[in-house]
Amino acid sequence: MAITREGMTVSQTQQETDADKKAFYEQLQGFVGLQIGPPQPAPDEVNIPMIRHLVEAVGDENPIYLDEAAAKASRHGEVVAPPTMLQAWVMHGITPRSNEGDGPYEQMNRLLFSKGFTSVVATNCEQVYDRYVKPGDRLSMTTTIDSISEEKTTGLGTGHFVTTRQDYWDADGNRVGSMLFRIIRFRPAAKSKPKPPRPAPATTHDNSWWFDALKDGTLLIQRCKGCGELRNPPHPMCASCRSMEWDSIEAKGTGSIHSYVVTHYPVVPSFDYPLPILLVDLDEGVRMVMNPIDATPEDLQIGRKVTIEVHKCDPDLSLPFARLAK
Amino acid sequence: MKTSLSHSKVKAGDELPGLDIPLTRTLIVATAIATRDYQEVHHDPGLAVERGSKDIIMNILTTNSFVGRYITDWAGPDALIRSVKVRLGAPNYPGDTMKMTGSVTAMEGKVATIAIRGANSLGDHVNATVEVELS
Ligand SMILES: [Zn+2]
Repeated sequence: MAITREGMTVSQTQQETDADKKAFYEQLQGFVGLQIGPPQPAPDEVNIPMIRHLVEAVGDENPIYLDEAAAKASRHGEVVAPPTMLQAWVMHGITPRSNEGDGPYEQMNRLLFSKGFTSVVATNCEQVYDRYVKPGDRLSMTTTIDSISEEKTTGLGTGHFVTTRQDYWDADGNRVGSMLFRIIRFRPAAKSKPKPPRPAPATTHDNSWWFDALKDGTLLIQRCKGCGELRNPPHPMCASCRSMEWDSIEAKGTGSIHSYVVTHYPVVPSFDYPLPILLVDLDEGVRMVMNPIDATPEDLQIGRKVTIEVHKCDPDLSLPFARLAK
Repeated sequence: MKTSLSHSKVKAGDELPGLDIPLTRTLIVATAIATRDYQEVHHDPGLAVERGSKDIIMNILTTNSFVGRYITDWAGPDALIRSVKVRLGAPNYPGDTMKMTGSVTAMEGKVATIAIRGANSLGDHVNATVEVELS
């Protein structure tokens, strides 16, 4: 154990290496081409009332959308829906869509969230129409992840462009149109300013040796010289035999989650929130408090195995972090 | 009845007439609901501010609808829109005006390619490219 990677991402806003970015990008590419969920059926067939609501609101006076005679006289030959209304037929409606699924889209989002790409803005929408839909058409939509860009920095912040492709189908299985929809998932630029350093631990004569070892990348466990019992956090006297003689052993760096909390408030500017804090059972038999690394609160589970890595938080402080075992 | 524009009368470089859209609160809410888009940022000012927006904003489906309207206002009922590609920019907030302008960038047979810009006081809300088959 005891690997200290200089400049490693502890806080999500610190610099990542190009190799980290490349590995993350390649992980994201695994989602490209996957279909998101089953086909979504339109709740209603294409219908005049919905067309009327929209063309009235938009002030669109093209008569082919509502006036049968005018539509008949046009090349369309019958009343049709505005082609740009394509998306509206399959809109989910007022009930919020659950974010708790475990499909490819949710998994991709969780991966992006784990790197702090939590904000989202739509940037492009490209629709191509195979035919105009008309009242009575029963549509459904399929969605696939079309592409995910490398990390890009825009005016909004740094992130990845995610393009999904929606195909719209009629009841006969013929495509009526398709859409490429591009969003950027990003870390807001304003928050990319360097965070203040992590609050320093209160070190004393009795525990500074433990933090000093971490600075060298070594995680130690205090051991009683009288009875051999291991203890943490460091303190001067053995609770079992009252010996004040002690030495230390190097931790293997493996353990499991004993318990955890996820803090939302109060917000200390040095950390990203929600902030998970773990109580880890080291395999040696002592418990330690630490943050997880590259994990979101949803990934945490009591009993889950972890490996412990020591990372530099700032020049004067290194701490153990738990990485969830695969 | 409105007549349709013949392709023979259109050439690359032609400008489309401008269209100003006053962005009322009613418009933004009515169009969001008419497109079944119930995200709070399109109708609830309090929650929009809480989510980091200055106010409610027009939804994308409505932006697309205005692009479609802008084309057929000019080209008439016989126009057949083949594709609408939009790039989104500054949000359309209530109280502002979106000024739509456009020009023909290419003519190929009966198919015109139109570049459209919808600008508000903050900058370009939308830049769109539309392919439309004219009569
Ligand atoms: Zn002891």
